[in-house]
Amino acid sequence: MTDFTPFASFIGGALIGLSAVLLLLAEGRIAGISGIASRLFPPYGDRLLAGRLAFIVGLVAAPLLYAAATGEGVVQTVSSNLLLMAVAGLLVGFGSVWGSGCTSGHGVCGLARLSRRSLMATGVFMAAGFATVYVARHVIGG
Amino acid sequence: MSILVNLALGLLFGVGLIVSGMSNPAKVLNFLDLAGTFDPSLAFVMGGAVLVAFIGFRLVLARERPLLAPRFQLPTRTDIDARLIVGPALFGIGWGLGGFCPGPAFTALSLAAPGTLAFVPAMLAGMWAARLLAERNV
Repeated sequence: MTDFTPFASFIGGALIGLSAVLLLLAEGRIAGISGIASRLFPPYGDRLLAGRLAFIVGLVAAPLLYAAATGEGVVQTVSSNLLLMAVAGLLVGFGSVWGSGCTSGHGVCGLARLSRRSLMATGVFMAAGFATVYVARHVIGG
Repeated sequence: MSILVNLALGLLFGVGLIVSGMSNPAKVLNFLDLAGTFDPSLAFVMGGAVLVAFIGFRLVLARERPLLAPRFQLPTRTDIDARLIVGPALFGIGWGLGGFCPGPAFTALSLAAPGTLAFVPAMLAGMWAARLLAERNV
């Protein structure tokens, strides 16, 4: 079980949205994590590599800022099945780039722009996520 | 300037993921477990993020140009093709297996859980493969 945290989740979501709005204001670009991360690799079609790298460094460093600001560690429960996690990582990486976006680019920015491509993508990855957990926990695991 | 702004916005995005609970795979998997230990919190993450972005994007796009770049670069495609179904389907399966989507996986790196250290390099390899394959096909 995990606790239902509507208030913290809403505030955290609002911070994510604020980051996306400020990135659009500053750089004129959509805050899609899969798009930013996949363009850390060649071929490079533009000169934005340093900015992309800085954004990812910020993401990676965020738990340190959070711990320093709140005095609390970050709570996480990650599966220790390394094969499962590697397969999951491959699927998430390949699928998000193949589908032109992940939870942030399609799920947040795309929905906020009322994009029908993002609405479709978000519907599909949510449905696939629900179905996968159902099978993993209640068909195979149950 | 651009580098500092990107760093600060990456930090803000990451802190948002942590505060919201999205960075915890257990919470994500419980959100996806409608038939079991369902935790609806992540609907509120999506709600908060989309609400702020919906209003903020409109205010920003009323400007002629962004602050640090010559023009806005927004996706312009509106067609639904096979890649837009296959990609998100594979992504959703991986999300349901591991509980990480790309952003939270990066915020989990510094905690160095073995599962995270298996997930992130595989994710980056998958991203690069998809890009190379996509650019060869187009």
